[in-house]
Amino acid sequence: MSQDVPPPEGRPSRISAETSWYDLFSRGGRDWLRHNEKVREAVRERVREFITSPDVVTRGEGRTVLVPVRLLEHARFRLRDAEAHTGAGQGEGQPGQILRPAQSRPDDAAGEKDGGTGQGEVTFVLELKIDDVLDWLWDEMKLPDLKPKQSSAVEDSELVREGWDRRGARSRLDRRRTVKEAVKRRAVQEHPVAFTDDDLRFRQLVRRRKPATNAAVMFALDVSGSMGEAERILAKTFFFLALHGIRRQYPKVEAAFLAHTVEAWEFSEEEFFRTSGTGGTAASSVFTLARNLARERFDPARYNLYLFYVSDGENAPQDRETAAAALRDILPELNYLGYVELRPVSGRSANTEMSGILGELQRDHPAIGIQQGARQEDIWTALREFFQQQSEQPQEAG
Amino acid sequence: MSGVSDIVSRIEALARKLGLDYHPVDFETVPTMFMMEVAVYGLPVRMPHWSFGVRYMHELIRRNMGHSRIFEVMFPGDPCHAYLVNNNTLAENTLVVAHVLGHADFARNNQLFARFEQMAGTHIVEHAAAQAHRIETAVTEHGQERVEAVLDAALALEAHVDVNMELHRPLYAAQPDTTERAPADPFRKRFQRLPGEKEPPAPSREPRRTPLPPNPEYDLLWFIAHYGPELEDWERDIFLAVREESFYFHPLFACHIMNEGWASYWHARLLREADFLPENLYVDAIKAHSDVVRPFAAKQQTALAVNPYHLGFSMWEHIVENQGIEVARRVCREEDDFGFIRNYLDRALAEKLGLFTYEARQDGEIKVAGRDIDEVREAILAPRFNYGAPRICVSELRHDGMLVLAHDHASDGRGLDLERATRVLGYLQRVWRRPVTLHTVDAQGTAHEIRNS
Repeated sequence: MSQDVPPPEGRPSRISAETSWYDLFSRGGRDWLRHNEKVREAVRERVREFITSPDVVTRGEGRTVLVPVRLLEHARFRLRDAEAHTGAGQGEGQPGQILRPAQSRPDDAAGEKDGGTGQGEVTFVLELKIDDVLDWLWDEMKLPDLKPKQSSAVEDSELVREGWDRRGARSRLDRRRTVKEAVKRRAVQEHPVAFTDDDLRFRQLVRRRKPATNAAVMFALDVSGSMGEAERILAKTFFFLALHGIRRQYPKVEAAFLAHTVEAWEFSEEEFFRTSGTGGTAASSVFTLARNLARERFDPARYNLYLFYVSDGENAPQDRETAAAALRDILPELNYLGYVELRPVSGRSANTEMSGILGELQRDHPAIGIQQGARQEDIWTALREFFQQQSEQPQEAG
Repeated sequence: MSGVSDIVSRIEALARKLGLDYHPVDFETVPTMFMMEVAVYGLPVRMPHWSFGVRYMHELIRRNMGHSRIFEVMFPGDPCHAYLVNNNTLAENTLVVAHVLGHADFARNNQLFARFEQMAGTHIVEHAAAQAHRIETAVTEHGQERVEAVLDAALALEAHVDVNMELHRPLYAAQPDTTERAPADPFRKRFQRLPGEKEPPAPSREPRRTPLPPNPEYDLLWFIAHYGPELEDWERDIFLAVREESFYFHPLFACHIMNEGWASYWHARLLREADFLPENLYVDAIKAHSDVVRPFAAKQQTALAVNPYHLGFSMWEHIVENQGIEVARRVCREEDDFGFIRNYLDRALAEKLGLFTYEARQDGEIKVAGRDIDEVREAILAPRFNYGAPRICVSELRHDGMLVLAHDHASDGRGLDLERATRVLGYLQRVWRRPVTLHTVDAQGTAHEIRNS
């Protein structure tokens, strides 16, 4: 206060620059984090819907997914939206004059400023770890964990140290053991020498067989003209979940992406979902390619091998025998073959070429799963069947 | 700061000379972040809830898009607390200090403010902080989930208080015991004389339950806090804390136009009469003034909302010009926005300001509806009716503990947004722990009952 100002009545007002009581801790930030936590919970509750929505993007070598979500709204009692809403404005304009034409959505900037809750379509992107998402899914669908092939079937051998012997390579001399032996010998000898050849102890190696923990997944997709965009998205979802489901179980998973029309090609993961072809369908091509891959790259003795095939069920009739033969060829080397047939349920008969071929083979090979349908839900059924069958198999066999 | 404190004391002396009458104001400078949080929470320290996080994000986005800027915020009390953003210029601060003094005068003299102050004391900032602290303690004690469930319900009913009643209001009086024998009236005597009639059975002696609530109860927060069958004490506390804050916010809400207008009138007048201000400071401050008190955004000819600063400021200038400052002071004491707009927004002024009503259809078409003064007044006031919320009352508390709510759709003119109402009932049901139901009307206007059990 300067001198020449008469003090006003009562206590004078004060000015301070102190914010000590306000500890610079962001309450808004804290509540925002809590909101995000709630969104995660909500996503978790409806994880199936979210993960199959086409907006989901995978990022960072596929270890996280970006899920676009809406802000949560804290509900209040509110009147129903009126047909026409009346407000007060200010400015020029004659009664009847149109200030804004129809069609463009009334945007929120106009009537806001009342600090209302949650108006406006603000969406944000939530980054979720795929492992979390899968854990939620597995919890929700009560899926069992995968079992690898029986140990007799897939084996890796490795050399492990086991035991000691008086002979061996110099590099595997165990000094501690050798000295111990020498000490024991000296204790009972009258005129001991420092070391003798008999004191030497060498570590021994043994070849031991262990069950393989490698897995390889081959995804085969029919990209002929009859596969539409919707089917492709479903296929992508299915492959994505199957791949990550298998990754949950195996430390090392390799994947191969195959697409075919009358011919079959291998693609990289990015290219795979963008490919589209025209023309006829000959499924034998892709099964032959898969078999070759199994022989060359994924030795069935070392890999748990899975093949998933998605198509609309169409196949050229003249290809029937060839396809069946190629399948018969590859089936013994697979842990499982999953076949998902995406087709509109209405109209066409349920018996397609592909389901006919596979249905026949299924009698001799229980490790074939066939699922027909064209909705999200069918994808889940297919996944559930696949994972359940896989976890039951070893028990049947052993 | 020396510049500001010097100006504060000079402006204050001038304000006292012009007859402003207010509790002392404690000014503090704060970071922008703090201001933003005040804009979201309404109070410097308030209870935590995720819905504030959502508003905070909206605010952050708006702020980043440069839509608005807050210069100051003031909390009435004794002393008043006023916060200035630390990056205000000296000119802005000069304006803001004068503006705050106007608010302080209004808060001390307006009867609605005075009534709240009388009920809740003059330390709402500290109260709210203490309540926030209690809620944080409750979180550690009872867990996030449970506390949040209570806050979900209580904050959803934030606007459903009865501000015409006391803040600390007593429970319903127990109804007089009406179980005494009815006096022997002539009919009864004659009945008893009929041959073969026995003495009628005495009415049961057990006391009849008084109906709860005796009258439709619009203070949902109060009713639930006091009559919730299974509410724990800490849960009641939360409901009452939210209710107290609602009472505090009510005068601010109900006098928004008057209050902002009054403060704008006074900052303009104080600046005009402050001959001690250097000329460039004065010019800059007046520039800031015209940015705040303007009807439309720059380069626009119409606005689909009425800027309360502009409207209030123009109305007070108009009143002072035509009827003198004494009348203005009386109006400031006695009215809220409803009386202010209805009684003092006259045709001449509305015409001068170019006020109109518009109609916005759902397909997005907006057209000017008219310039009738009554319709303009009601269009300005409509969103302020009943604290901006639909009128919903407790109509009955059943014997089995079921809570029956009723929506007064006759006064609101249409039914509720059913989807949101259902969700609110969901929040409620979690704390009421018995069935909750709500009567309203659907889109066709036929009676509709929302149940949540």
